[in-house]
Amino acid sequence: MMKFIDEFRRADLVKELLHKIKSESIKKIKIMEVCGGHTMAIHKFGIKSLLPDNIQLVSGPGCPVCVTDIRFIDTAISLARLSNTIIATFGDLIRVPGSTSNLNQEKAKGARVQIIFSPLDALLLAEKNPDFNVVLLGIGFETTAPGTAVALQEAKAKKIKNFFVLSAHKVMPPAMKALIDEEVGLNGYLAPGHVSVVTGSGIYDFIADKYKIPVVISGFEPVDILKSIYHIVQQFEEGNAKVENQYQRAVNPGGNPKAQLALNNVFKLRNDWWRGLGVLPNSGLNLNNDFSQFDAEKVFSIKVEKPKEPKNCLCGLVLKGIKEPKECPLFKKLCTPVNPVGACMVSNEGACHAQYRFGLSNTKLSLI
Amino acid sequence: MNENTILLAHGSGGKLTRELIKELFYRYFSNSTEIKDADSASVNMKTSSLGFTTDSFVVNPLFFPGGNIGHLAVSGTVNDLAVSGYLPRFISTGFIIEEGFSLKELEIIVKSMAEEAEKAGVQIVTGDTKVVNRGKCDKLFINTSGIGELVEGYLGVGSPEKVQPGDQILVNGSIADHGMAVMAAREGLSTKGLQSDVAPLNRLIGRLTDAHIDVKFMRDATRGGLATVLNEIVEGSDMSITINENDLLVNEGVKGLCELLGLDPLYVANEGKVVVVVAEHDLDKALSIMREHTLGRKTRHIGAVASENPGLVILNTQIGGNRIVDMLAGDQLPRIC
Repeated sequence: MMKFIDEFRRADLVKELLHKIKSESIKKIKIMEVCGGHTMAIHKFGIKSLLPDNIQLVSGPGCPVCVTDIRFIDTAISLARLSNTIIATFGDLIRVPGSTSNLNQEKAKGARVQIIFSPLDALLLAEKNPDFNVVLLGIGFETTAPGTAVALQEAKAKKIKNFFVLSAHKVMPPAMKALIDEEVGLNGYLAPGHVSVVTGSGIYDFIADKYKIPVVISGFEPVDILKSIYHIVQQFEEGNAKVENQYQRAVNPGGNPKAQLALNNVFKLRNDWWRGLGVLPNSGLNLNNDFSQFDAEKVFSIKVEKPKEPKNCLCGLVLKGIKEPKECPLFKKLCTPVNPVGACMVSNEGACHAQYRFGLSNTKLSLI
Repeated sequence: MNENTILLAHGSGGKLTRELIKELFYRYFSNSTEIKDADSASVNMKTSSLGFTTDSFVVNPLFFPGGNIGHLAVSGTVNDLAVSGYLPRFISTGFIIEEGFSLKELEIIVKSMAEEAEKAGVQIVTGDTKVVNRGKCDKLFINTSGIGELVEGYLGVGSPEKVQPGDQILVNGSIADHGMAVMAAREGLSTKGLQSDVAPLNRLIGRLTDAHIDVKFMRDATRGGLATVLNEIVEGSDMSITINENDLLVNEGVKGLCELLGLDPLYVANEGKVVVVVAEHDLDKALSIMREHTLGRKTRHIGAVASENPGLVILNTQIGGNRIVDMLAGDQLPRIC
């Protein structure tokens, strides 16, 4: 039995929680998750098929690949085309369409694109290949940014000259605020579990205090998610709004101080472009002046043309939870996982990809 | 032979080639057919209804927990014949070797092929060797082709035409073992608890055909895993398949690594697993026959074919929900966070 996993997948506990949810959830309620891991888990376990019809679970901009704008991909492609450059990237990113190409296609044409599992792999790659410039494509939220920060700190300590980061790291709270400001009609947030491990729970206080929307930090197993939904439902039915931590086995209220220190040491906030949401103030993480020698944006002055957003692509509205993937005119016709048009279809965590793979979210399958 | 690495001369047809063939290939592949040393092998088949298949093997790394490229090269082709209703008899093998490849490693691989062929009861009767310049191939590529004799009553069992609602689905054991073992070995991750399931399945399948089990369809779940085979059965048809997550067997080590990387075992390759679709009336008999064989001890009844929700493969999840198991698009990629 896998500890911390199997106990949280027990069918009897799930049944009990569903019973509680069904008996207490009266009003129509729209809950958004903003974490790719939650998107995947909800689909993988078929959680939507178990919830009552008055509860609508929507996916927000929680997939780091999906919110990365086209300009970043175009820049990465330009870097990949430089003769002595190795691009180190997390897997999902290689299929994201840029304006005219993607990293996978560039790889097939001879560009050096290496898939890595951790930023430290990229640093190792730089150490092993002193004749090449290794550029790490830094995407992800507060969960993965500390990894990049640590890699940069190590690079500085070891005086490595051929390691660079092109950062598209972002922080969640501005996006969560933007969605409320856009009046998407949310009644509750499932807060991202792993982001919270790093940040702690305080970053969500303003959502409950100012906007009166319940927030529950959730783990990733079915029991975690259903318990979190139950707590949101309870708060909503009672007219309450506070931040609760369901993922207590991993999340401390203060978060992870070491990770936070690394982030503060290496990065600074900047306004950043989120696909679907536009520019959000203080939402992006870029290398600060102490690490500017590793900043790929500064070192390689790449100029890319104004990016072209694909026509008729509804990724923006999907990312805000306003439209379902199936409402996009391109869904399953022109936009498929094999030939994605928008980023939501590329990443496993993207709402469109998840719906394509795991089925139409609100369709009840005729049970055999 | 004095050298310990393969040289270009080993592929040029001259003295070194002759030495290599005699001291390595003939030595391990010699069989009851007297070695005629001709450009073609002469074989006798019991029927003119023959199955013919080919496969190429480029796995990296060449050696992984549970086996090596040699095991794959023989079992892969044997299994393609067996699941299609043919008794595998003869195999050919072509080697493309990179200059500088270790002779010691080549010998281990060739020996493995011989052992796998013996396990399967097939003969490797003809082959070819080419050596290419360093950098022109990734250490070693192997191609094998195979011919087999039609097993009477099982013509077309490799295509899903005969499958219909009510049919039951069996798999002879745990899934995702091979793909995860190879991935761990390739990426330098811990291989503890991981082992490829590579094995020749013809004798296991033979037990079913000997007992005249009403097998509607068989396919080995190689690239793309179990999910791909199931989708291939129902794609574009008026049937669906439902499988139960609780009935799938995934080994702990495999489960752990899949969880860590965010990979779905349903889509990971196997090299010793066959999906068997049988008529309902033969379910119990098929189960007990398979479980009597070493390669079928852990056979699971994983689901059934139905007529609702046509074209779909549906998974009843372990928590009582359900979801669709779609065809994989491209490779599975590890998750970011």
